[in-house]
Amino acid sequence: MSEKSFFLSSSIGKKIAMGLTGLFLISFLIVHVSVNSCIFINDGGITFNTAAHFMATNPIIRIIELGLFAGLILHIIFALLLTIENKKARPVGYQKINGSANSNWYSRSMGILGSLLLIFLVVHLAHFWIDTKIAVFTGKADEHNTFNEMKKVFSVWYIVALYLIGVGSLLFHILHGFQSAFQTLGLNHKKYTPIIKKTGLWFSIIVCLLFASMPVAIFAELIK
Amino acid sequence: MSQGNMNLTLKVWKQKNKNEKGRFETFDAKGISPDMSFLEMFDVVNERLISSGKEPIAFDHDCREGICGMCSMYINGRPHGPKQGVTTCQLHMRSFKDGDTIVVEPWRSAAFPVIKDLAVNRSSFDRIIASGGFVSVNTGNAKDANNILIPKHDADDAFNAAACIGCGACVAACKNSSAMLFVSAKVSQLALLPQGQFEKKERVLNMVKQMDEEGFGNCTNTGACEAECPKSISLENIARMNREYLKASFS
Repeated sequence: MSEKSFFLSSSIGKKIAMGLTGLFLISFLIVHVSVNSCIFINDGGITFNTAAHFMATNPIIRIIELGLFAGLILHIIFALLLTIENKKARPVGYQKINGSANSNWYSRSMGILGSLLLIFLVVHLAHFWIDTKIAVFTGKADEHNTFNEMKKVFSVWYIVALYLIGVGSLLFHILHGFQSAFQTLGLNHKKYTPIIKKTGLWFSIIVCLLFASMPVAIFAELIK
Repeated sequence: MSQGNMNLTLKVWKQKNKNEKGRFETFDAKGISPDMSFLEMFDVVNERLISSGKEPIAFDHDCREGICGMCSMYINGRPHGPKQGVTTCQLHMRSFKDGDTIVVEPWRSAAFPVIKDLAVNRSSFDRIIASGGFVSVNTGNAKDANNILIPKHDADDAFNAAACIGCGACVAACKNSSAMLFVSAKVSQLALLPQGQFEKKERVLNMVKQMDEEGFGNCTNTGACEAECPKSISLENIARMNREYLKASFS
């Protein structure tokens, strides 16, 4: 007779937790890139600041933000647990590995790409999120101008370079992660899997191109 | 030495037993016919070692026609060598060039301890199979073949999953030493057929539990297993196992 082990302690349970939190974080990217794309209207940041103000002060968004952090933390915790188990599963490594013969480099580098993303995220939150939080809690949300802050941050070339590295890591992380999440959730189908893979590819490229063009456009003073 | 024969250098993992530390040793393989299989090349090298009073290299092999799953060997960074869809016994020396240095390692996984040199203990796979339990069938007279109707595509998928020979190349190829492709093939071949329905939930729960206990790693969907599988077992099986596991866990 089978005794059920705790779902999240099993290998498949942890994988599914990774997939679900990953897809949740991907859904956040859609909101983030949409709001930020308001800067391309090039109206001196009026539309963008309105959208940013809404995102910073709306109570429903505030609650979802807590969920977002919870999702991020769970994604990181499960990644660490899985990575530790995976390292233990091969105590003696190979001397010669021809990985490119059977898989993509970025599918094998999710841990490194994710770590780069985490470092980028800390810098990114320090640039924008903390200031906005302070403004909201001190009742100065109405005076807070995120657009001006963006212009200030992206006037330094090495910050722009850092953001491009961050977005590059994101590109390859979700290039694998998007379709991988569906496979983990058991959604593999001869007809739909190619569509999922194509959607993941174009989603990754479009989102990351939009994100990358923001610091570049501001640095090049195309947006005023 | 006949025309077209090759001279090769082998860098082979030598390890006395599972407790001792192993190391690489270099062997010359001279006058190797391109028509030999990789295992026959090892036979020639071993014959020469034996006749010069040295200990031969231990390696696993049995049927030598690609159906038993015994031969292993991680050759030049890939399980079963550079060709796709073949076992090591089906790999011919014409896949290499004269003067090549070939690195040969055993499957590397905590769940596959080295017995000696290139031979590893894959009984963790047997324990996973055993944990899957039995399939209830009516005994008595032989039934009419069309008694239980099975849709063609289900029968095909079940047959394709059942093509798994349990060689362990999926584990060897996976950067995480995950056995998901193997276990998912074994889960699928029965989950797809009407005869496998009765013990379906128990089977997937027990087999995944045993897989985790054996110390295999976790799947990150790199697809290396599918690419290296000598029987081209599809990743669809892993998705099916995940579905079966989800269903069994929450019902």
